[in-house]
Amino acid sequence: MYELQDVSKRFGSTQALHPLSLRLPTGRTTVLLGPSGCGKSTLVRLLNGLLHPDTGRVLFDGKPLPLEGEALLAVRHRVGYALQGGGLFPHLTGEENVTLMARHLRWSSARTRERLEALVELTRFPADALARYPAQLSGGQRQRVALMRALMLDPDVLLLDEPLGALDPLVRHELQGDLRAIFARLRKTVVLVTHDLAEAGFLGDDILLMRDGRVVQQGGLADLEARPADPFVTRFIQAQRPLPGGGAAA
Amino acid sequence: MLLLLLSACGGAPPSSGDGVPTVRVGSKKFTESVILGEMVTQLARSTGSPAEHRRELGGTTVLWEALRRGELDVYPEYTGTLRQELLSGRNLTDDGALRTALAAEGLRLSAPLGFNNTYALGMKEAEAERLGLRRISDLRAHPELRFGFSNEFMDRADGWPALRDRYQLPQKDVRGLDHDLAYRGLESGAIQVTDLYSTDAEIAAYGLRVLEDDLHHFPAYDAVLLYRADVESRAPEALAAMLRLSGRLSESEMVKLNARARLERVPEAQVASDFLASALGITSEVHGEELSARVWRRTREHLFLVGVSLLAAIALAVPLGVLAARRPRLGRGVLGLAGIIQTVPSLALLVVMIPLLGIGSRPAIAALFLYSLLPIVRNTAAGLAGIPLEVRESAEALGLPSLARLWRIELPMAAPSILAGIQTAAVINVGTATLGALVGAGGYGQPILTGIRLDDVGLILEGAVPAAALALLASGLFEIIERAVVPKGLRLRAESESR
Repeated sequence: MYELQDVSKRFGSTQALHPLSLRLPTGRTTVLLGPSGCGKSTLVRLLNGLLHPDTGRVLFDGKPLPLEGEALLAVRHRVGYALQGGGLFPHLTGEENVTLMARHLRWSSARTRERLEALVELTRFPADALARYPAQLSGGQRQRVALMRALMLDPDVLLLDEPLGALDPLVRHELQGDLRAIFARLRKTVVLVTHDLAEAGFLGDDILLMRDGRVVQQGGLADLEARPADPFVTRFIQAQRPLPGGGAAA
Repeated sequence: MLLLLLSACGGAPPSSGDGVPTVRVGSKKFTESVILGEMVTQLARSTGSPAEHRRELGGTTVLWEALRRGELDVYPEYTGTLRQELLSGRNLTDDGALRTALAAEGLRLSAPLGFNNTYALGMKEAEAERLGLRRISDLRAHPELRFGFSNEFMDRADGWPALRDRYQLPQKDVRGLDHDLAYRGLESGAIQVTDLYSTDAEIAAYGLRVLEDDLHHFPAYDAVLLYRADVESRAPEALAAMLRLSGRLSESEMVKLNARARLERVPEAQVASDFLASALGITSEVHGEELSARVWRRTREHLFLVGVSLLAAIALAVPLGVLAARRPRLGRGVLGLAGIIQTVPSLALLVVMIPLLGIGSRPAIAALFLYSLLPIVRNTAAGLAGIPLEVRESAEALGLPSLARLWRIELPMAAPSILAGIQTAAVINVGTATLGALVGAGGYGQPILTGIRLDDVGLILEGAVPAAALALLASGLFEIIERAVVPKGLRLRAESESR
């Protein structure tokens, strides 16, 4: 679905992303894993054109990602995006947040309602909370609204930047389970950013472990544990081991 | 609000009422000029011509420009002012030369009305006696005296600088202040010497001694009527009636009339009417306005000034604010320019507008419009800049085009800030609009101006109280508008944050 060719990005004097080439296969969930500041959020923003690479190019569906204009908007309609905290519009209700793009694209109300009902069922969102404003929703509910909003136009790709970052552990655990079920059901190309190893292993088919703007290792969680490419990989894994006496996170 | 404004503005612009007046009379913002203006207006009306009196305009230049532009037909002036100030570059030694110079401008001069209202210096009688001061040259021996002169006297060519040079006066403590406040300054001892006009009503009332101009520094200030040449053909009868004033007003007569108006608080229209009846046998009806009718008329005028200027400012400032938020470098320029406009004193801005827009509501609206820009531009830009990054990013990532993001997301979210800016502009506007009276725009400033001139607190309150009430009302109105306009979701957030 995506192919990156020698893509790099610099902010002022900081090299956020060193030249990088990789493929993101269609229908798979790829997790960008790493400590904060490793470039994983920068990478995900290059995929929907919120940022433009300094060098190299991003191919989407075999074609270079347009820099601006109608063509970029069309790509964004095919790429759902949700980020930490949800980024919900506070002046719109949950339902209005979800259906904003459908209204803008002048969908019929029947089509909009049908799609909304499907999403409410998919994300297990309480239908009576749709009329509430973001300020009236819980953290988990806000995240589900953000997910519905990202999925509204039935995109080919779903980009999720730390979607569960701001949630307390119980809600987080519940949503992780729901997300895995959703990914399995939809079979979309998913790119998920997280700093949580267990979450990466639980949700991802493929993990890209990043550090200081470079990909350190790519593979499954088992690969990372069994054949670390670098002492950093081992340290990163050990730092997130459950403490002695604790149960596994997933 | 719009409906209220429009209905209130129905008959508001004072100049465009039913029946355009054939004679438009102006007067300066001191009592003598207002009385003369009233006399001229009533004389014109006595011939059946509709006449309008634009009273208390703020300063000689305002009237001069308005007359030349054809927005006034006639106003009382002084030959000294014409010679020394308005045509000061020409060195016009006699009245004949003055008439020729004015004719070139399309203006005419009446024969002198009869009194010479020249500048003089005065001080408290008792203090002058104690120091042995009779003549201006006696002041040389007392360099410690505190002088307080009207601002006009401080600046004009024949005023303080020339007087100081002529008499070699050594005083250093010299300040400029409003002419009407000078008498109170004398009374309190804050100043000891001030400039007077030789027909001032207060000379007797405050027990002042007029110092003799022993070097004959001050030129003659013979009162005359200055009018446009085209009045001769347009309203010959009205003009003939107005010119009957020539030679009818002696200095002592004028002091008496000034005293009736200033000290006995008789309305100028009544003073003028009584004089015309006794001196010229002309009866004219003076109809005073009821208090409620006066206040309502001024409210309409005031709302007109504030409403039009504010709506125009919103129409320009909100887009400018959006531009400033989207193009930060351009934004700094826009905000800087609006900030500079804000620092121009309102009176200066009003006077600068006159050559461009004449007198009346137009220059006032233009000035208020300019003053309203900054708070609205700044709050619009700040409101847009205050939208959290993740919200802006979400809107962009959804694939909403730029204009739709502005309309559906950014403006609704910035609405509380934008409204607060408009509210600030409206409240400032209500206050500043009182200065519109100086250029003939009417409104609540009119009674305030008259009240300061006549030292009449009641009259000042008649303008100040409704102005304050209107400011409060405007502020309250915006609270209601905020409830209607600011999206519910944003108010919920504000509530949950304040909890």
